[in-house]
Amino acid sequence: MELQLSMVDGSVCMKDSAKSEISSERTLYPYVTGTSIIGMKYKDGVILASDTAGSYGSTLRYKSVERIKQVGDHTLIGASGEISDFQEIMRYLDELILYDKMWDDGNSLGPKEVHNYLNRIMYNRRNKFNPLWNSLVLGGVKKGQKYLGTVNMIGTHYEDDHLATGFGNHLARPILRSEWREDLTFEEAVKLIEKCLLVLLYRDRSSINKFQIAKITDEGTTIFPPYALKTFWGFSHFQNPSKGAAGTW
Amino acid sequence: MDLDLSAPHSTGTTIIGVTYNGGVVLGADSRTSTGMYVANRASDKITELTDNVYVCRSGSAADTQVISDYVRYFLHQHTIQLGQPATVKVAANLVRLLSYQNKNMLQAGVIVGGWDKYEGGQIYSVPLGGTILRQPFSIGGSGSSYLYGFFDQAWKEDMTHEEAEQLVVKAASLAMARDGASGGVVRTVTINAEGVTRKFYGGDTLPLWHDELEPTNSLLDLLSSSVPEPMST
Repeated sequence: MELQLSMVDGSVCMKDSAKSEISSERTLYPYVTGTSIIGMKYKDGVILASDTAGSYGSTLRYKSVERIKQVGDHTLIGASGEISDFQEIMRYLDELILYDKMWDDGNSLGPKEVHNYLNRIMYNRRNKFNPLWNSLVLGGVKKGQKYLGTVNMIGTHYEDDHLATGFGNHLARPILRSEWREDLTFEEAVKLIEKCLLVLLYRDRSSINKFQIAKITDEGTTIFPPYALKTFWGFSHFQNPSKGAAGTW
Repeated sequence: MDLDLSAPHSTGTTIIGVTYNGGVVLGADSRTSTGMYVANRASDKITELTDNVYVCRSGSAADTQVISDYVRYFLHQHTIQLGQPATVKVAANLVRLLSYQNKNMLQAGVIVGGWDKYEGGQIYSVPLGGTILRQPFSIGGSGSSYLYGFFDQAWKEDMTHEEAEQLVVKAASLAMARDGASGGVVRTVTINAEGVTRKFYGGDTLPLWHDELEPTNSLLDLLSSSVPEPMST
């Protein structure tokens, strides 16, 4: 038995010298995962936010995972799902940007192009039953045009004024549908995002109290350092919920 | 996902019971989850059986509730017959009977703790299956996995009430930091000769551990107060 590196998809597998076939592998389930990403357009550009948790099943194993990264000059990418697959995606994207820069032709890939490239990768992997187990949010600004899109492991992709992955779809989107406006200032946008992040912290099992917010405008990108939010536990009902009903939850 | 149906199913909670030199301190987190959703972030997992015996519940919320409802009912009748408060041992054994005789249908891991005049403070562990074990301290629920080493090192005989309470809160808080299925607030119940005291330790009053940050009101506060520029390109 020997190990063989497949040039097709980079997988390494045992090869029987009698056979010349390369056995294919497929991702069955994720191991280290990130939870929701929230993204929204605001007056000057696009904001992305996430927590910095890398869960290992139900264990909160890694607490300083950066799930929002910069891609080129015009794009931010946020990833939920398998972290190793996100790291692989970053390798693909960094290579894409590098090759683009090497042309040195005054052109640069914008968020729309990056999104399209990613969509092709995700969909083709899905067709081979070997997905990159992620849901991605891409935000960017190029020549004043704001862009916000998403693509996931099965190749579904779309754009909107505000987006989320995972639990964010259920908990954050309704808040955004109600309170988002085209002309939010940066401060208002941050407050709105924090409202969503707090709900996710309360109600998503795999979230932690350590967040990262990133913004992208025509001027450039800023990924703020991680920080924590104050939580509220002072409802009078929380003090003694089983008073008068012993055994209730 | 591959499911190992034969493995014992330790479920979303951290529960702790410790004895000290005057009684017992019971502690628990407050997170009840259905799948990945936190259905109740401030639930009360420490349930009264009698004035002097309480139980920490982990496992199926429904199963543990119905068990404690039955045991509360039986103990009430037993107390009337006996003419004095029930002992912790009797309470724990009633829980065990129900757990053991219905072991195929139930998913209940509990810690029974209380005080009586014969044996003082006692902790009885009744895990899945219906085993009963008296212990100086006990931990249970999915969050307890993260506490075995901690207790091996930090537990000592004959603590004061303050030491016991601090130990329980610290332990629950550590487990909540790492177990996704545990979280919320820490509730403690102290039972001794004087009676029962309930305490509540809200989310932001709990200590911070490795890789956790001091909470703030908003990123905007940090930006307006900090001098160095954040990372940017």
